[in-house]
Parts: sequence; C-alpha cells; structure tokens
Amino acid sequence: MTLRLGTGRPLLVPFLTGGVTAGWTDYLLAYQEAGADAIEVGLPFSDPMLDGTTIQQASDQALTRGATVDAILHELTAIRGRLRVPIIVMAYANLVLKVGIERLARAGVSGLIVSDLPLEESAELESAAAAAGIDMILLAAPVTPDDRLRQICHRSQGFVYAVSVMGVTGERTTLAPEAEALARRAKLLLAEPAASVFHAGSRDGADPVQRLPVLIGFGVSTPEQAAVAGRAGDGVVVGAALMRRVLDGASPADLRREVGALRAALDQGVSTATPYAEISGDRR
Amino acid sequence: MTLATQRGMRDPVAGGRFGSFGGRFVPESLIPACAALEEAFRDAWTDPGFRQQLDLFRAVHAGRPTALTPAWNLSAELGITLLLKREDLAHTGSHKINNVLGQALLARRMGKTRLIAETGAGQHGVAAATAAALFGLRATVYMGERDIERQALNVFRMNLLGADVVPVTTGSRTLKDATNEAMRQWVANVDDTHFCLGSVAGPHPYPWMVREFQRVIGDEARRQVAAELPAGVPDVVVACVGGGSNAAGTFAGFADTGARLIGVEAAGGAAMTDGTVGVVHGSRSLVLQNAEGQIAEAHSIAAGLDYPGIGPEHAHLGESGRAQYVTVTDDEVLTALKRLARTEGIICALESAHAVAWVMRAAGTDELPHGSTVLLTLSGRGDKDMAQLQVAS
Repeated sequence: MTLRLGTGRPLLVPFLTGGVTAGWTDYLLAYQEAGADAIEVGLPFSDPMLDGTTIQQASDQALTRGATVDAILHELTAIRGRLRVPIIVMAYANLVLKVGIERLARAGVSGLIVSDLPLEESAELESAAAAAGIDMILLAAPVTPDDRLRQICHRSQGFVYAVSVMGVTGERTTLAPEAEALARRAKLLLAEPAASVFHAGSRDGADPVQRLPVLIGFGVSTPEQAAVAGRAGDGVVVGAALMRRVLDGASPADLRREVGALRAALDQGVSTATPYAEISGDRR
Repeated sequence: MTLATQRGMRDPVAGGRFGSFGGRFVPESLIPACAALEEAFRDAWTDPGFRQQLDLFRAVHAGRPTALTPAWNLSAELGITLLLKREDLAHTGSHKINNVLGQALLARRMGKTRLIAETGAGQHGVAAATAAALFGLRATVYMGERDIERQALNVFRMNLLGADVVPVTTGSRTLKDATNEAMRQWVANVDDTHFCLGSVAGPHPYPWMVREFQRVIGDEARRQVAAELPAGVPDVVVACVGGGSNAAGTFAGFADTGARLIGVEAAGGAAMTDGTVGVVHGSRSLVLQNAEGQIAEAHSIAAGLDYPGIGPEHAHLGESGRAQYVTVTDDEVLTALKRLARTEGIICALESAHAVAWVMRAAGTDELPHGSTVLLTLSGRGDKDMAQLQVAS
C-alpha cells in the first residue's frame, strides 16, 4: 500500500466498523466516491478497551446482529473489484492473532492497525505482515517520547498514525492541542538522515513525497477540525463522527456527503497555503 | 540448582513474561504509564522503608497476620489434616486488602492523587475505596450494571467510604467490561490517576506486582504451617482461582517446596480448563473465547470468579505442570459452604467455598489420600453472599 504525499492535498482515511449494518459495504463505496484515499475497516470486538462510546456501540451492534470476522472478510472480498482505494483493517490483537495475517491478505487487505500491540509486542506480527505483503501501521501517542517515536516512525509502514489525544476514540468539540505537536515531532523524525537511507528524504523534510505520511486520528470530528489536522499532519483518520451518523440511521448517500464535506475542508484548508492540484484516476 | 529453586515462582523475564504468557498488550498511550509503574514498583519493593510502612499498615489497619485455623472437625470427617489460612479475617473481609494497601502506598509515592479500580462482586472495589480513604486519595470504582444490581450492599459500602461508583453499561455489563472501562479512564487521566487493578491480570507489571503484594498470604502461611506440621510443609496447597490473586499469593509461599499446588476454578468460568491462548486486558494468557477470538462471559455462583481470563503466571504454572487446576460446580460449592459452616463455625465466601468443595470431593481418593496434610486459603468471608444464599436454599 502506498499513500503518496505530494498530491497537493492532505490524505483522508474514513473509518467504518465492519458488519455494523447488513449493507455495510455500501458505505465503503460511498466513502470511496466521496474522495477517500484509503478506508479503515474496524473488526468488531467484544472488549474494545481503546474505544469510546460510539465505536463501542458500533462494535456491539455488529456483534449483536451476528457479524463475524470471517463474514466481514468475505463481504470485503465480494466488493474487491469495485474498491480502488486500499483497505486498512483496524483490530485488537486477540482477533488478529486468531484470524491470521494470511487470511487478511487473501481478502485483499493492504494495511493493518492493531490498537493494543505496542512496539514491544509487535515484532512477530510485523514480519508475518511483511511476508504477506500487508503494511503494519504503528500508532504514536502524545506521551510517546522521542526515542520511542523514532522507532515507531522507522518501523511503521503505509503511514504513521498520530493519536491526537490522551484518551479513547470518540467525537470531540475541539482538536486536542497535543495533536499538532505530535504530528510535528513525527514529521521531523521521519525526515531524519537515518530515514533518508531508505526513503531518500532530505534533512528538512522538504521532499515530503519520499517520507511516510503522518495521519492524525482520534477525535477528528468536523470538517473544520479536519482542515486544522490536515495542516498539522499529512491527513486525517475520521471514525467516531462518521459512525455516529451510521448508528443514527444515516444512509450511504448521507455518509457520502459527510465524507465529501471532510474532503472539501481538507482540500480547501490546504489550498490557502499551497496550490491545489486535481488528481484524477486511481489513487493507489 | 536444586529442584526446589527450579520450582519457585520467579520474577517475570523480559517484558513481563512468565514462560510464553504475560507481556504488555496496551495502547501506545499507556506504555509510559506502565513503564513508570514498573520502575516505581521495583524501586519501592527494594526499599526497606516502603516495606516497613506496608508491614505497619498490614498489621494495624488490616489485622495481619491472619490466623491459621486447624479445621479439626472437618479434618476428622474427611480423614485428612486441613489447615485454613484465614484471609476472611482480614479487614474488609477478604485478601483484597493486601493488594490495595500496597498499590495505594505506591500511588502516593508516585505522587498520584486518585485511584481508579474495576470490581465485579465489589470486594476489590470496597478494598480500593478503603485504602483510598486511609491514604487521602480520591477513588472511582467502575462496576458493571448487572453487578451493581446483584451487589447493592457493596455499592453502598463503597459510597460510605467516599468512593464514586460508576455503572458500566456496555458489553456484558460485568467485570470484564468494568476492566475495559477502567483502562479507558486510565488512558485519559494518567497524569494524576493510578489504576489499582485487583487481580494478577493486566499488563506488566500488574500480574507480578499484585502477586508480590499478595505473597504475604503464602509467606505467613509457610511460617504458621511449619509450626503445625511435623513435615514443615503440607502435602497440598489449595486456593480458589478467578483471575487468581489469592492463589498466586498463596502459591508464592510454597512454590519452592514439594507441596502440590491446586487451583480451583468455577466450572462455568474455567479459563485454565476450557480456555485457549488469547490476549485480553493487556496480557497473553488463557481465556474463554470463541474460535474468532470474541471473549466469552463466565458464569459462576460466585461473582468474584465470573471472569473469562486467568492471570498469566497461572497459565505458566499450569503449562509447566507446577500447579494443577481443577473445577467444581455451583452445587458442590453450596454444599461445601454449608458443611464448613456447620463443622467449623466459619461462613466463608462463595469464592473460597470452591477450594473447600474440591477438598471435600478429593479427600479419600487418589487425588487426596487419607492422612494428607492440606493448607487451604479461605480468601474471604461470606457476609456479602447472604442474600444469594437465602435464595439458593
């Protein structure tokens, strides 16, 4: 999976809990049409300890209606021909260890985020993912010290997931100020000479095409917040705010508008500073 | 190396591992907090000043050492020598006080001003609220909505002690969900808040730290038993196991002896017997789950054993063969509780009655031949269970 920077606009990765409704894959197609650069699919788990009320509710709803990991992956495979954007699975360690990385790869999954698998525990899965051709996307938190953040930046693939806030997933009224600081630190570390051996990036990070993008997630709730986060990082992951709408019964067409508004805000948020170039066709 | 030292319960190795179990499976946001806690615990546990302070509060506040009571009548009926380690006599009515005194002192030493805790039956919640009151810390206890209904009296006790009890309304609305919620709250309040986890579960250093705070049970019992038995150590050491903190503390005092170690699980919540390897609540251990890894609910007459997982060190002790884990049914537990009450004048907790039930079933069989000597940890008293027992009988 490559999420290319230098397209002139920040990246947008919307999230959906797999199996949340019977026709859940329609939301994925709506996200794609609205301009998503990749889509994060959450595997519902009985014990979601890093999720706030909204995603917990979505997870409960999916499990209650009988969603299984196996069925979710089958349904993903079924719409694979219509999905042009990369699919990233977000899951808790216990589900990933059970389902196995090869099964995810067979379903066409390009990236994997495991919320409760820190550096110390992830080496084994990282090599399995590499063998299966899946990018392991690592999370960084506001309290992550620089030496640790450096390792995360250098081991992460696809992008670096900057958790904006000390807390769980969920809508918030403002973007946490820590988000910007974390994204800035991560971008600096990604542009370090050590990274340039692999990425050929320049020291000051002026050649962003060559370094890994930094995406800000957790609590990015409104187009305005997305625009701010898009300037601080290289893009955003938006989860709970969209899932709230889905849980309230919004249709795929409604969600297409929601994601479209995020897309527009991100693009305009940058267009004031940087000229915006239209990108057409396959963004993979 | 002697057999005895080979068999001892050691400190966990690299990253908090007991064999292949344990570890630190937490979000990145909690890694610095777990690391700081580990460092603070290592520092405190090697500081004689901290140990002295803890010993003082154990003595004057919790009433330690707890008694070792020979169960003369029941021993005669069963044809064995049964010694009861009386954690039911500890302040707040169970062994839970041992752990919370240690963690509250440690929290204060780390400059934290607030404790959060998860609770199922409410025993750990009450203990945490007690320690918080004693050391001037604020306390918030997370408890599943279903458990709040079942254990109204303990909710009242916690409130009386000044703690806030927050109902958890998600998932199965029981202990595992309360644990998830406490973890979430810890992530968001890590600056001033210590997560006072109640069992030998969770991410490193909790399984190790809680075992060390509970080993006072086993260490005291080892000395007390030595004075009672000609052989110095019992043939068998037995304790009930949910997450496994009273068993871990008891076993820690005897793991380097030749005594057989028996953990007794509830038949409806037997992670050692029916569980498979999984990651839940921050560590790799055995857990009740379906083929896809969704965690199952446990079902036991004893709310304190209603937990789908088990501490990682127990998984290791079981796998290595050093300890053996067995199950008893709710009916056996009720019978055992009543028989102990009639023969010894002790009404123990439903949890503790699991250990008693196994001894009653095994006595006189190959598992526990006549003439055996047994040390049994009676982890708590039965007062909390009276309403439930009235319904059951």
